[in-house]
Order: sequence, then C-alpha cells, then structure tokens
Amino acid sequence: METLKKEKTASTKQSTKRISGAEAIIHCLLAEGVDLIYGYPGGAIMPLYDELYKFQDKLTHILTRHEQGATHAAQGYARVTGKVGVAVATSGPGATNLITGIADAQIDSTPMVCITGQVARHLLGSDAFQETDIIGISTPVTKWNCQVTKASEIPEVLAKAFYIAKSGRPGPVLVDITKNAQIDEFDFSYEHCKGVRSYNPYPKPDIKAIEEAANLINAAKKPFIVFGQGVILGEAEEQLKTLVEKAGIPAAWTILGLSAMDTDHPLNVGMVGMHGNYGPNLLTNECDVLIAIGMRFDDRVTGSLDTYAKQAKIIHFDIDPAEINKNVKADVAVLGDSKVTLDLLLPMIKTNTHESWHNEFKKKYKIEFDQIIKNDVYPTKDRLTMAEVIEEINIASGHKAIIVSDVGQHQMIACRYAKFKQTKSNVTSGGLGTMGFALPAAIGAKMGAMDREVVAIIGDGGYQMTIQELGTIFQNKTPVKIVVLNNDHLGMVRQWQELFFESRYASTVMVNPDFVKIAEGYHIESKRISERKDLKDTIKEMLASKDAYFLEVKVEKEDNVFPMIPSGASVSDIRLK
Amino acid sequence: MIEDWDKEMEKKWFTISVYSENSVGLLNRISGIFLKRHINIESLNVSKSEIDHVSKFTIVVYTTEDWVRNIVGQVEKQIEVIKAFYHTDEETIYQESALFKVASTLLFDERNIQNIIKDSNSQIVTVSRDFFVLAKTGRRNEIDDMYQQLKPYGIMQFVRSGRIAVTKSEMKISSLLKEFNQ
Ligand SMILES: Cc1ncc(C[n+]2csc(CCOP(=O)(O)OP(=O)(O)O)c2C)c(N)n1
Ligand SMILES: [Mg+2]
Repeated sequence: METLKKEKTASTKQSTKRISGAEAIIHCLLAEGVDLIYGYPGGAIMPLYDELYKFQDKLTHILTRHEQGATHAAQGYARVTGKVGVAVATSGPGATNLITGIADAQIDSTPMVCITGQVARHLLGSDAFQETDIIGISTPVTKWNCQVTKASEIPEVLAKAFYIAKSGRPGPVLVDITKNAQIDEFDFSYEHCKGVRSYNPYPKPDIKAIEEAANLINAAKKPFIVFGQGVILGEAEEQLKTLVEKAGIPAAWTILGLSAMDTDHPLNVGMVGMHGNYGPNLLTNECDVLIAIGMRFDDRVTGSLDTYAKQAKIIHFDIDPAEINKNVKADVAVLGDSKVTLDLLLPMIKTNTHESWHNEFKKKYKIEFDQIIKNDVYPTKDRLTMAEVIEEINIASGHKAIIVSDVGQHQMIACRYAKFKQTKSNVTSGGLGTMGFALPAAIGAKMGAMDREVVAIIGDGGYQMTIQELGTIFQNKTPVKIVVLNNDHLGMVRQWQELFFESRYASTVMVNPDFVKIAEGYHIESKRISERKDLKDTIKEMLASKDAYFLEVKVEKEDNVFPMIPSGASVSDIRLK
Repeated sequence: MIEDWDKEMEKKWFTISVYSENSVGLLNRISGIFLKRHINIESLNVSKSEIDHVSKFTIVVYTTEDWVRNIVGQVEKQIEVIKAFYHTDEETIYQESALFKVASTLLFDERNIQNIIKDSNSQIVTVSRDFFVLAKTGRRNEIDDMYQQLKPYGIMQFVRSGRIAVTKSEMKISSLLKEFNQ
C-alpha cells in the first residue's frame, strides 16, 4: 500500500520515472481525476488490466457484461457528473462492441474517452488474431481518435484525449494502444493538455452579435426560447433562468435540454418536437423571435424545415460553428460557451412580462390536457398507462430522482411527464435513439451520483438488448431502480405501423420471458404489477429499498403516444390523435 | 417535396481548400464527411502548403452551396484541421496535370502528333526507344481535348492529377495559427 501511495504522488508531481506503458495509462487516468472506469478485458488489453489489478484501491474498474454496456455506463456517468466517462475494451470484437455507445456519445455530445487494446505494432496489417482497424471504424463517430504504437507517446496522447473529449462541444475520443506500447517501459512524466493549435473549442463571443440578439429580444412581442443540452454542458442553467424571468419569455426544451430548468417553473412551457407539447410546437410558428440556446434544430424537433418558424427572426446560441445555418438559417448567430454568451447578454435585456403571449401557451396546454394528458396521467380505463407510472415516481421521489430512459414510447412518456428540480437529471439517448441504452447508463448515472435516486424507465424490447447488465448491478450491488413498462410490443414501431402502415404489425409483437424470474436469478429484489391499486405502494416500496430493485409494470398493450408530428410534417400539423 | 440534395439546378463546381496538421488518418476522416452525405469527391490533391508542416487538401465537388457550406463546417470542426474554405471556379486559379504515354513510332511516323504537341502546349518529358511521355498542365477541358486528339493514335497510358488551386483572395492561415498559439 505504502509504495502505491508513493507512486501516486510521484505521478502527480510530474517527476520522471521508468514504468511500462500500461502503468503509464493508469497514472494518466489518475492525473485526469478519473477514479472509475468501465470495461471488459481480453488479450490485447491484458497488460493494462494487470496494472488495474495493482491499482484497484485508486482506480475502480467496473466489469460490465458487454462492451456496449461499458460505453453506456460511461455515458450515464458523464451525463450526471459532467466529467469524462471512460470505457476500456480489448482489440477486435471488444473494440467493435464499443461502436454503438461511441456513436451515441458523438451525436449527444457526451464527453467520453475509450481505450482499446490493439495487436502489437509488428502485427498491424497482418490480420493477426483479434486485429481490427478500430481507428478506421471509429473515425466517423469520434470527435478525435488516435493510435499509439510506442509507450512514450501514451502521456501526450491521453492528455490530448481528455482535453478534446471535454472541451468545447464535448464528444467521444478513442485511443487505440498496441500491446507492445503497453508492455514497453519508458521515462514517464505527465503534463495536462492546455490546447491544440488547430482546435479552437471556445469561439470568442462577438459583442456585436450579442447586442443584435438583445435588440431583437427587447423589441419582440412574442419571443420564444428553445433550449437544449448546450445549457447543461455549458452549466448555464442560472443564466437561462435569469433570462427567462427577466424578459418574461416562455421557454421550451428539447429532450436533451430537459432538466436544465425546473419543470414546474411557470415559464417552462414544455417540450418541443415529434412527441413534445402542443403549445410549444404550434406556437413555434407564431412567435416573432425564436431564441435557440444550445440546441441543433434536429429534424425530430423541427419537422419539415420548409414550414419551421418561417415568420420568426432566429437567434442561435451555440458553441459549434458547424451548427450555425446547418438546418435553420440564423438571423443572428451567437457563437460561444452558453454561460459566457448569456452572461454578456443579460445586462442588455430589458425587463418584460409578455403576459398575453404566455397565455397562448396556457390555452394550448388546456387543450392538450383535456385531450391527452388527463387520459394519460389520470386514466379511467382498466389497464395501467405508462404516464401514471411516471407520475407516481414523480410524487414518490419529490421530483428529485435522476430518470434514465431507454428508447421508444416509454421514453417519450418519461420525457413528457417526468418532473425535475435539478439539472443533469434526465439521461436518455436522444440523437441516436439507442435501444439498450438505459440499463447500463443507469449504472453509470448511479455511480456518478450515489446520493441520488436513479430510476431507469425501460421498454420490454430495449431491456432485452442489454439485460445482461443485471449481472453488473448484482456484482457491484448498485442500487438502481429498474422499471420495465411492459406492453408486450415494440410499442413505438407498432404505433407507426398502426398509424402509417394500416396496422400491419410486422415483427413488433414481443413474446416475453418472465422478467421477474430473470431478475431473481441475479438476486435482485423484484416485483410485477398490473393493477392500479398496487401502483402507489409498490413505487414507494421500490424507492424505499436500499438495494437494486426491479419492477415490471404490465401496461396497456396498444396505447399510442400523442401529440405527434408525423415524420416530415410541419410543427403546425401536430396531431392530438 | 423538393429536398436540398435534389436541387440539380443549384449545383456548381466548388474547390474546397483545407489547411491541416500532417497526421495519419486525417484523409480518412475528411473523406468520411463526404461519404456520410453521399457526395462524390470529383478530385483530391494533398500536398504541403505555404506554411511549414501544414498540409493542404484541395478537393473538388459538384454540389449545392448549402451542401458545400455544411461540408466545410464539418471539415473545419475536425481537431487537426486548421481552416477550411470553399470557392467557386471564378474565385480561383486552378490547374490539373496529365501524363500521356504514347508509342515512340508515332513521334516519328505521324506528323500530326508533332502538331498536337505544339498546339496543346505540352512538354515531352522523356523519349525512349519504345515510348515517349507528354506532360500537359491546364484546365480540365484542355486536357480532355488533348486526350481526344491523341486517342485515335493509341494512348498506352494516361493519368490526370487532382485539381490544384490557389485563390484570388487571401487565406489567412499564419495569423490564425498565431491566434491559436496564444
Ligand atoms: C438498437 C435499436 N434498434 C431498433 C430501434 C428502432 N426502435 C425504436 S423504438 C422501438 C421499439 C421499442 O420497444 P420497447 O423497448 O418495448 O419500448 P416501447 O416503445 O414499447 O415503450 C424500436 C424497435 C432502435 N431505436 N434502436
Ligand atoms: Mg414495449
């Protein structure tokens, strides 16, 4: 133990010491403040695992049951902490199994560093056992990637990897390290990366643009804010709230922006997009100034671009210059970190209320409540709805839980109805829509926020894509709460088949196993309910449990999620049924 | 519905110039951006630039301005890319080079060949017993013309380089690099 401690201080002091590449990786991770990583061992990464064994008191390695699980866990961890998530895998199949999680992190701007083992330098290109061109394969889905073939390159490359993953618009980075580079010794010293000359992560804010934005906002009669994850990544939640309150602007969120602002805030008018709220979608086409903050006008948000907010002046705040004018042309583009630019904007903003404009949202909400929300959340039919389950969780958790959702109807319902007081509390796969995301992501989220309740909301389909991670939960005694909303269908696809393919349910009926028995097999406390009378108490029991808990709720099989903007339609054509 | 990618009328030739670090894998990263958008690269040239240790990609595409702007944004976003620009043909001075390998007998037997060489402003690079090689630099259509003229006589081998181009306006890379370095 004593010697280990010495080594730790040695590495942070940046003195030089002759060590193996594998040990150097550990010191780099420690120097970057990493104390938890996810991964799966194999031949080409064994030297690193041997060092992980030696350093287990400083650096916890969580063995997932599949490398995809390792990436999603790292993502869940990153999303709730704001820190870089780390996933490790061996070469070949281990590395290719990371790809889905990397692609997910890329499209959802999640900071992640993946380390893969690779065959030895002299074997590269020989089709050696478990050799795969992971640099080639991961290039289109990484922010940056790099192959290391010499031990001495490790510190600089890893320092750069962490810097790039976290800075500017965050994203995944993959570092592929050949086996010889892990084994060979060199004189180790570490220096944090402070910049890369060809990379400008924080564009300088342009005061002129900010002034123009302020003028537009101050003159607006019907201003409307749509905020995305950029607010969370830039930690600009306070600035957003101040702007909303000072200028009296109704604000709506994309699903990745959810939880950046209290869901109960009077000026929080709900979600935009395909299954978003009625008011914010319809009124997108009535506002006179649309203020987009840290969002990227995804097609699931805009519907048809030809009919999206054509009447409005568009102000676009974003850190990524490539997002400006990509989908929607901005009248004013404000480049930069959301916190910095909003801080500069706020003093120029005049106090306002826009009461009658805000009332438009309230009127639309009333319509949506009467036609949809009431039946979703307070149903009178026999079978349970997904929304009433979410509502019970809201009540029992006091809006304080982290909600991790998978992909499908239950995800849209969770995002529509979950309530949040605190930022970084909604973890979901937005851009890629990766089924199987939630269970492993919930593990990472819990480990990143041990003091908070973490509830995973998963469909019966997606659950079975990464169900093996129950093993990770069992082995690590991770107290996550798992709720499977079982409709015995690939519900979201079934909904589309019902609406657009004349109810031809091609391969969307699921014949499911006994989920409770499976959870019991992993020694996880579990329960199945199908009646309303059991809902409240079971949710309470689940949240009261100090351990992991699995709850299967049998819900109505053929419910649909509404409102809905059909794919390619205008936000104005949002359907209530 | 008319989608952007289908606006055949608005398509034009664009030359994309990319200044970058000289690193393994960057070509793959850049070409992937075109692949993802199903856009063909018409020509590609990679060389050193006016700045030490900075590479320059010259890429020619035939597409709409919206797409080329989108692509340049994504290219520039890559960590090792310093700056990317796009220009229309009118905004650049551009050339391509071609080599023609032709049987030596033609040089001596066919008088017309001599005229083609003279008229096309091409150079004889080498002459051997069996073949000679002509080099021609110019616009693509000039090279195409020469190709058509030589074709009836038999071309043993032909190759044309990617477009190389300089812009009429300035591309401020050195000052950008200085800014980054601060
Ligand atoms: C990996 C992956 N494969 C396929 C899809 C397409 N897809 C989107 S939602 C969905 C159905 C999900 O079913 P389930 O998990 O039961 O959730 P539900 O919609 O029933 O709530 C499918 C198949 C996807 N998003 N991800
Ligand atoms: Mg289902």
